[in-house]
Amino acid sequence: MRQVSYFHAFSIVLKRDLQIAFRHRGDIFNPLMFFVMVVTLFPLGIGPEPNTLTRIAPGIIWVAALLSAMLSLERLFKSDFADGSLEQMMLSPQPLALLALAKVLAHWLVTGLPLILIAPLLAVMLHLDSGAYGALMATLLVGTPTLSLIGAIGVALTVGLPKGGVLLSLLILPLYIPVLIFATGAIDAASMNLNFGGHLAILAAILIGALVVAPVAISASLRVSTN
Amino acid sequence: MTQPMTKPLLQAKALTCIREERILFDELSFDVHPGDILQIEGPNGAGKTSLLRILAGLSRPYSGSVFYQNQLIEEARDEYHQALLYLGHLPGVKSELSAEENLNFNLKLAGYHDAPQREILAKVNLTGFEEHPAGHLSAGQHRRIALARLWHSEAKIWIVDEPLTAIDKRGVAELEQLFLDHADRGGCVILTTHQDLQLVGNRLKKLTLSYQFHPEA
Repeated sequence: MRQVSYFHAFSIVLKRDLQIAFRHRGDIFNPLMFFVMVVTLFPLGIGPEPNTLTRIAPGIIWVAALLSAMLSLERLFKSDFADGSLEQMMLSPQPLALLALAKVLAHWLVTGLPLILIAPLLAVMLHLDSGAYGALMATLLVGTPTLSLIGAIGVALTVGLPKGGVLLSLLILPLYIPVLIFATGAIDAASMNLNFGGHLAILAAILIGALVVAPVAISASLRVSTN
Repeated sequence: MTQPMTKPLLQAKALTCIREERILFDELSFDVHPGDILQIEGPNGAGKTSLLRILAGLSRPYSGSVFYQNQLIEEARDEYHQALLYLGHLPGVKSELSAEENLNFNLKLAGYHDAPQREILAKVNLTGFEEHPAGHLSAGQHRRIALARLWHSEAKIWIVDEPLTAIDKRGVAELEQLFLDHADRGGCVILTTHQDLQLVGNRLKKLTLSYQFHPEA
């Protein structure tokens, strides 16, 4: 029997993308290694004075997270576009926005989540203030899904271009700025034993906004860029 | 006005397509009725794939529109996509996934949740290859995974771009029979191919695209 169900559509795309990711381990480990590498470069370049590192730790971790999210996102729709699966999704009776949201969630689970898990380890290396770990984890948890959602719009717009990489970074990095400001602001506040609930609330508001708007924008962008 | 026997399923009205500053077709109009098997002909680069993509709603024509049961396809997108099965130039088969996983995904995406996948794969001669990653199979087998969906489809309109590429003779005969059965059930098939179709020769309607303009090389 034929039935169209949003829940099923969402879960089969999610399941398929996770399945593919686990068969391509590199897709999971490369962005993570990139994140670790970039963060490691800073103490090597600046020198190991704990005071300096403590001061810049939130910024380093967050900038590295932005770059890693952007680089890993580039392949979000690429292979589906290249083998025709994207066309099939666009022509399926299910709403494309929903399928796109499932793809973004799958992507975040395999690239964003590992990054959050390894972040405290890197924070130790950067002598992050001991009071700021909670804020670091909370901002990453609320902030990185936003990065995936907003970035996916840019990826959808550039999917038809043979070399969209640099254009992609020009498109989406400016949009990441608010997330960066409020996330590092929250961590700074926490390290000074101040309340960071306000910053976190704004990050959560951005996430909810992105969650509502981004899937529609992604599906519209996909239809335009594959025209 | 003379009424046709059946209402057209799909109507193209005054379609114009321009690619790379070349007019591929100009003011092209035709109707597709239930029971039709329409072959789009023309040399390479004549715009066959562009026409199919426009009919499927994947590309917008420069001007003109496509109607599904008298509704613009952009306005009746959900209904149209339920009634449409499009197999493009690219098969839409993931090489990381096995034949069965690919078919399972494609069928479920189209809304068929309890399809007998092994039986369908047997019909396209992929028995014994169900669990092989599609990337390890031959080009013909790869395409057969995509074509397998045709054996389990309630869609009325089939738009298939070069379905016979890399398919062996027996497979071609089976596909032609399948198209014929589909047309007999009141569906329609729009396809492109450079091969001569044997079985459906008498049923076939042809639409020939030719170059409108030869650019200087």
